[in-house]
Amino acid sequence: MTRRADLPGSEGESRGRRAGGVSAPVPRRRTHPLLSAWAWAVFAFLYLPILVLIVFSFNNSRFGATWEGFTLRWYGVLAARSDVREALGHTLTVALSSTLVSTVLGTLVGLGLWRYSFRFRTGLTFLLVLPIVIPDVVMGVSLLMFYALVRGGLELTGWTFDNGFWTVMLAHVTFQISYVALTVRSRLAGYGPELEEAARDLGANGVQSFLRVILPLALPGVLAGALLAFTLSLDDFVVTYFTSGSGFRTLPVLIYTSVRRGVTPDINALSTLLVLFTVVAILIGNALLRPRGGRA
Amino acid sequence: MLTLRRFLATLGPGTLWLVAFLALPLLVMLGYSLLTRTDLAQVGPPWTLENWGRVFGYDALFQEWVTDNLRVLGRSVWIAAASTLLCVLMGYPLAFYIARQGARRKNLLLLLLIIPFWTNFLIRVYAWILILRPFGLVPSTAATFLGMVYAFLPFFVLPVYASAEKVDWRLLEAAQDLGASPVRAFLAAVFPQTLPGLVAGLLLTFIPALGTFVVSDILGGAKTALIGNLVQNQFGQAGDWPYGSALSFLLMGVVLLGLWLYARTAGQKGLEELV
Repeated sequence: MTRRADLPGSEGESRGRRAGGVSAPVPRRRTHPLLSAWAWAVFAFLYLPILVLIVFSFNNSRFGATWEGFTLRWYGVLAARSDVREALGHTLTVALSSTLVSTVLGTLVGLGLWRYSFRFRTGLTFLLVLPIVIPDVVMGVSLLMFYALVRGGLELTGWTFDNGFWTVMLAHVTFQISYVALTVRSRLAGYGPELEEAARDLGANGVQSFLRVILPLALPGVLAGALLAFTLSLDDFVVTYFTSGSGFRTLPVLIYTSVRRGVTPDINALSTLLVLFTVVAILIGNALLRPRGGRA
Repeated sequence: MLTLRRFLATLGPGTLWLVAFLALPLLVMLGYSLLTRTDLAQVGPPWTLENWGRVFGYDALFQEWVTDNLRVLGRSVWIAAASTLLCVLMGYPLAFYIARQGARRKNLLLLLLIIPFWTNFLIRVYAWILILRPFGLVPSTAATFLGMVYAFLPFFVLPVYASAEKVDWRLLEAAQDLGASPVRAFLAAVFPQTLPGLVAGLLLTFIPALGTFVVSDILGGAKTALIGNLVQNQFGQAGDWPYGSALSFLLMGVVLLGLWLYARTAGQKGLEELV
């Protein structure tokens, strides 16, 4: 699993938070030519591997080191692979279902953290930060052992528990909750409890004030959190690898096993399609989450 | 005030989930680390501290200290630290460059930065095989460094950018008006303002670099095995779960120590803003 520290939508929030303070100084546009050159060199470094990947997915060579003419046949090979289709299906079902569960749970946690003060607040914050900061491999192996224990216990009662979908899905929800909760809480951070009191004074009951006042305010945070949770699930390799068992593979796990066996050009084609998907998703997300009329 | 009813309606379900699928598995892992391996991936009593001893290099069978593990830990820390330093060299100027652009251009550049960031991690690491293999550089330590920097650079740039974007440039002008050289003005007036982002970026780069097994596995080969590879191996080929558990705690301990040091300097608010 890679972690996303930021996402396209959160930029507008920090801007909004600052707007109340001192008026922002206009940055000078002039930058040193050396600084620009350096920045563009780093961008070139960031895009070089992606470009190479795309170019080689059209290369008519089995081993890919030299250019031997344009071909689309790796895309054909890819389309014929049923294991890739199956892995794609697994990736999407896990991502959709885990995002649904974690968005509900994480939003509630985020709201609770924002709204109430309580004794075990620091403890809960620690528990929320833990999945984000501990290495994925630690989380993966601890869940692997936990599932083994649960499985052993269930076998004693005659039940079997061998479905990779559930083990992976439950694991994904566990790290997604943190990201959603923290996104929602930071979205509400500027507002105080007087919001809810005002709603109450105007005659709303608890459920009404939640649905009509709090939730609409939190909604950009909820959506951003859900988007983050979804892509984290799509991207996760390490936790999935340790919790999926042998019969259930997602795309990242399939890519890992292919890469370990050696480079195959159809993996270049698959990677190119996934990069394309990423670009389109980011452009859509950027358009959706862009702050309008000064409000995020 | 948080009543039981309100707790059950808001914080409750998520908290229970985290206790069940995060805290409990870590406790199970603690239990495993104190057990003995009986057969391949089979564990049982007697309870022992042997695995913890092994983590720090004590071989109970031959009753002697061996340095293999400490060497792997040292290598992991050194490779993670050097990769982080490379990220600083490449990423700090980049973050600044982006922060100094006008709004439109800034958005475009951020988008350009985010696209590789959101591209699947495995694909990003794998792509380096295509580039480096014709030069005979896979597997090698150099390839591991490149892969690490490439994979974790955006984690560094984004928090630094967030700090750089908030910099009050009037301080720079004031410093220059007072006769400071450009370098001195930068160090005195701008650099301190970017420190929170810099420290967050350092942690967000160093922690995943320390814990990874994927980058070193795909690009590094056996000679750059890191502590993450050691852990993975105990749950794969070696089939030694108790030892793997103890190693995982060592890895977690190093990370939590770093965070504790950070929290002591930045406070709890700083820790919350980090994530």
